[in-house]
Amino acid sequence: MMAASLPLSTVRDLFYLVAVAGFILALKGLGSPKFARRGNQLGAAAAVLAIAFTFTLPTLRHSGKNLVLALVAMVLGALVAVPVARLVKMTAMPQLVAFFNGVGGGAASLVSIIELLHLHSLGLKPAVYVTAEVLLGVLIGSVSFSGSAIAFIKLQELITGRPITYPGQQAINAVVGLAIGVLVVLALVTGNIAFVFVLLALALVLGVIFVLPIGGADVPVLISLLNSFTGLAVAASGFVLDNNLLIVAGTLVGASGIILTRLMSGAMGRSLPNILFSAFGAVITATGGEAGDASRSVRTGTPEDVGVLLAYARKVVIIPGYGLAVAQAQHTVRELADALTARGVEVFYAIHPVAGRMPGHMNVLLAEANVPYEELKEMDEANPEMSTADVALVVGANDTVNPAAITTPGSPIYGMPIVHADEAENVIFLKRSMRPGFAGIDNELLYDPKTTLLFGDAKDTLAKLVAAVKDA
Amino acid sequence: MIAQVSGTGIVEYLTVFVLAAFVGIEVVSKVPSILHTPLMSGSNAIHGIVLVGALTIMGEAHGTAQLVLGFLAVFLATLNVVGGFVVTDRMLEMFKGKPNERPPRKSETTDSGDPAP
Repeated sequence: MMAASLPLSTVRDLFYLVAVAGFILALKGLGSPKFARRGNQLGAAAAVLAIAFTFTLPTLRHSGKNLVLALVAMVLGALVAVPVARLVKMTAMPQLVAFFNGVGGGAASLVSIIELLHLHSLGLKPAVYVTAEVLLGVLIGSVSFSGSAIAFIKLQELITGRPITYPGQQAINAVVGLAIGVLVVLALVTGNIAFVFVLLALALVLGVIFVLPIGGADVPVLISLLNSFTGLAVAASGFVLDNNLLIVAGTLVGASGIILTRLMSGAMGRSLPNILFSAFGAVITATGGEAGDASRSVRTGTPEDVGVLLAYARKVVIIPGYGLAVAQAQHTVRELADALTARGVEVFYAIHPVAGRMPGHMNVLLAEANVPYEELKEMDEANPEMSTADVALVVGANDTVNPAAITTPGSPIYGMPIVHADEAENVIFLKRSMRPGFAGIDNELLYDPKTTLLFGDAKDTLAKLVAAVKDA
Repeated sequence: MIAQVSGTGIVEYLTVFVLAAFVGIEVVSKVPSILHTPLMSGSNAIHGIVLVGALTIMGEAHGTAQLVLGFLAVFLATLNVVGGFVVTDRMLEMFKGKPNERPPRKSETTDSGDPAP
């Protein structure tokens, strides 16, 4: 048989296969600094190809009203997605990823449900394994949807970033889990689709109660996990629709997402179960650290004093955190570093792996401000040099330099690797207030005699420091 | 047509699933931490391909309920796939030429990368 006479469905499947190869290469590329951007572009091209060939489906092409509705939905989606993705500030990147992930989970869940409705409306009773695939898709997709929504709300600081615990939490979780198990069995045995809708509702609840007790600093790891869930939900909808493209793409993301989640929790020195479940029963340690900080004294300084200290130092280490990003101070911090370097002071940045809100987030922000790559040092590279530094300048960071991670076994961040700012001769904190960091715990280093605090907006304070250094 | 009667296809699909899982694990086993965020965002975009599923289902949808849900599914999936790739590209734009393509780097040869005076 000649290639030209291949049935259209085979041609379409072949192009789906090309798209699958593109996705694998895209993931591979994304793991290397050199090819990351090209990898992403390749992934986008593969997606466009696959979507374009989906329109060769005779059912879709000749569906009239349905086709129009689908096109309208796509145009609307693109009209919302492009400006949002282009205009949202780099600091809000984690929320944005959570948002896009959640809607994907929702879509996967809907696809499975609609297929079930469709089979029923045709009067067909689906095989047990098809029902099982639908249930899996609905369950995982919905958990990802509502879980991502809560993660988004936490990162946007619409609710507290602290672990949220309440009485009877474990009992409630057990009841919801048990109810889901029972529903799955009932749905499989009876084939009644009413159970699927109850399952949908319960899965949405499960996503919420699963995410609420997870502390704000751990939310990025959680998003990676939910990303992996959405991948699996997409794979499940691929099983439902007999579509290899969805199975492979979804599984790729599901499997790589699990590995990435482990890499990320490893970078924080935590195990995944510890991140997901540590809030249960740890209510006291999570909130107790805050008590009494009003009564303790801290040393505050003026930008002029600190400017002189910096100008006559030999080695200054800048430790940036999320506060720097929020204040949009990455450009001003570079000015300060340039002014110091011009005076012969050795300056470098110590980057904690989870500085900002996600691994690598701070690198992105500083790259945006054109900070030379050579001045950025990863935590492991920076720590041996901290004891020789005259000044550690902590700009809007807190948890990532909190010695409690080493000294206080009960602390929620115990075990997380930190940048050893406490080893420098002087520590300067640029802070907005005495409010604790994202993890919601107090920082002993703030009360250390060698620590000076400069309160105020990071950008203003840095600008004053630049002036003070130039005058010194 | 959709598999609704026999179980012939399921083993083949399971085979594909298992193989894809191994590929997924293999591909990301070594990623530098600075790329964790872009990788998460990029793989997030890839699962936006659920749009293909949403479109497929839209072609077969009958009745108001299925059409409304289908419309919603296509809309959400489009948000995921378009937004995901665009935002990842924006993130990676910042890494342009780094670190491997940067021409002159004084500290390239030293282990610490420390431009000590």
